Amino acid sequence: MGGHHGNNDKNGERNMLKISGIWLGAVGVLGLALAAPSEGWAKDQVRLAYIGPLTGPLSSVGIGARNSIELAVRQRNADPDATYEYVLEAFDDECKADVGLRVATRAAADDGIVVGFPHYCSAVAIGAVGTYNRFELPVVLWGAVLPDITYGNDYKEIHRVNGTMINQNEHAANFVVDQGYQTWAIIHDTTDYGRAHNEYFSRFLTEAGGEIVGTFGVTADQQDFSSELAQIASLRPDVLYFGGQAQLGVRIRAQMERLGVTAQFQGTSGILSDAYLEGLPPALSEGTLAFLEGAPVDQLPGGAAFVAAYQEAGFGEPFEAYGPFAYSAASLAIDLIEEVGPDRIALRDALNGVSGYDSAIGEITFDESGQNTVAVISTYVVQDGQWTVWEDSDYASGLRSLRQPN
Amino acid sequence: MDIAFVSQIVVSGLILAVIYALVAVGFTLFVGVFNVLNFSHGDVLMFGAFAGFTAFLPLAGLGVTSPFLQLVLVTIASVTCTIALGLIVARFFILPLKGAPLLNTLLITLMLATVIREGVRLFYPRGSNPKSFPALLPTDFVSIGAINVRVDTIMLIFAGLAIIVATGALIERTRFGLAIRAVAQDEETARCMGVNYRLVVLGAFALGSGLAACAAMINGLYYNEVNYSMGLMLAIIGFCSAIIGGLGNIAGAILGAFIFAGLQIVGSLFMPFSSAYSDVFAFAVILVLIALKPTGLIGERVSERV
Repeated sequence: MGGHHGNNDKNGERNMLKISGIWLGAVGVLGLALAAPSEGWAKDQVRLAYIGPLTGPLSSVGIGARNSIELAVRQRNADPDATYEYVLEAFDDECKADVGLRVATRAAADDGIVVGFPHYCSAVAIGAVGTYNRFELPVVLWGAVLPDITYGNDYKEIHRVNGTMINQNEHAANFVVDQGYQTWAIIHDTTDYGRAHNEYFSRFLTEAGGEIVGTFGVTADQQDFSSELAQIASLRPDVLYFGGQAQLGVRIRAQMERLGVTAQFQGTSGILSDAYLEGLPPALSEGTLAFLEGAPVDQLPGGAAFVAAYQEAGFGEPFEAYGPFAYSAASLAIDLIEEVGPDRIALRDALNGVSGYDSAIGEITFDESGQNTVAVISTYVVQDGQWTVWEDSDYASGLRSLRQPN
Repeated sequence: MDIAFVSQIVVSGLILAVIYALVAVGFTLFVGVFNVLNFSHGDVLMFGAFAGFTAFLPLAGLGVTSPFLQLVLVTIASVTCTIALGLIVARFFILPLKGAPLLNTLLITLMLATVIREGVRLFYPRGSNPKSFPALLPTDFVSIGAINVRVDTIMLIFAGLAIIVATGALIERTRFGLAIRAVAQDEETARCMGVNYRLVVLGAFALGSGLAACAAMINGLYYNEVNYSMGLMLAIIGFCSAIIGGLGNIAGAILGAFIFAGLQIVGSLFMPFSSAYSDVFAFAVILVLIALKPTGLIGERVSERV
């Protein structure tokens, strides 16, 4: 019996040793495999969030921005040297404050999301920045221009690559005064966005020596502007300034002729969109002025590469005015994640230290409020149904002229 | 106050009144014959505007360059498509709900409105962008004293008024109109007298949708712009107009439309630098009017039935 037991014990030990050996070997191979990076091995996924309009009247700008961020993600995923695989999740804020707050909370509360690229509409952004701060989600804005989004708080999570309407309106006021105009009527929508445009433009215009003969607040969904335009016709301003988005700009510009308003039409970055060109016959859109932060994208080395890559990617929609900003925001964040890892706090701190980053929109340097110190503002004019950089236009060369002052 | 300014506002108010009246008559017809609040009506109108705009696009390429001929073809396309959509709505979504609680039909039409609106936005090429509606009427200005008005504005006002008068004549002086009035007054008795109830209901929806197409054309030709959300506010104002006049009463709907447009003018004239509030003013007065005369200024057909 004892010998039988002894044999069994030896066999059992041998088996245990065999199994242990196999286990150790398997674990060792697995460990080696994990330790040695290989091209065929799946990378860790890092989730990013686009938060902006994908439906509603301003969706064309939002979709262009979403595509541009997607382009940055695809380019990085195609790079074999990238440490992580990036996944973009898109949240539709519809350019509505309540919807925006809801989706901002959803994105910020999701621990898997490392960084957000939110908001075209200032009214949405200003309501959501507190949420990003509360959940410690670093975000890089690409479109909303209300100054208070970065300057009205001390949230370390909020960064913005595009300029504010302060820079834009200062440049716009000086530019139009230099054209020899003297009197302005202003129509602005009564959202935070439109009100702030009115405030800054009025301030800089007055400082530059221009005279405002009338200011009219309109609702953002107003269809008929007969009463405003009839009053403006009797005030006979040299220029009609519009502070609002493209959809409203189209309606106002289309109704100006009928009500006998012959003033030069001047908008903001809000109308710098294909939607404005599509909504008007070329004869009416011709000569409209608008202003955008940053140098013209195709005149920067990185910008030209972005335009080429976007066209090659085969997106069905144009990248619109803020696509290059969205692309630059995403490229910047992804570069920093590669450096500091997919950690919200580390990324936030890295973003706050960004200085002289070379991007598709030029150098990005964040000031202490997270605001990119954009020095250049570009002037655009509609020429033959296309937004054209002022310096490249027939208007600058003198072949065509804007509406003459009264 | 500058007479040129006042006259310009009045002319614009007349255009608005005509558009509102054409929409309001549709609302009141639907209530009259089927007792349904059809909130998809505004978006059916928007669909008509896009149908007209789409019909215009290939015309120049097909060699149709005469503005008059273009206008005729665009109008035919708009009216035909709008009537077709109105009939589909009536046949497949509203008639089957005969006898259902009012709330159900209200919800169905609200959802339909969203489907039509979002359908255009999503499936029409670049549907979220506004579209440039062609100016197919003369755009010269005529001066009558101090008043300086564009010819197409006058033509559109008269065209709208003519359509309203013709609709009134159709309701009052034809067998079809008689059938509509009979069904509106007493459906059961009308059926007993041999009126084809389903046909009358479908006919009323076709008429209401056709009027919406006319409103869409006037709107497009006047503003030279159409967009996917244009029907929303028109539906609210058209419905309010029908309510003020008395739901189910065609003359009341027209009166309501002119009152609403008049209130907007008054709001614009007396709040000159805060015209963003002219709609608030108009709706506030409507609230007071409804509180004072809950069945409408002329009287509600539905109430007469009770």
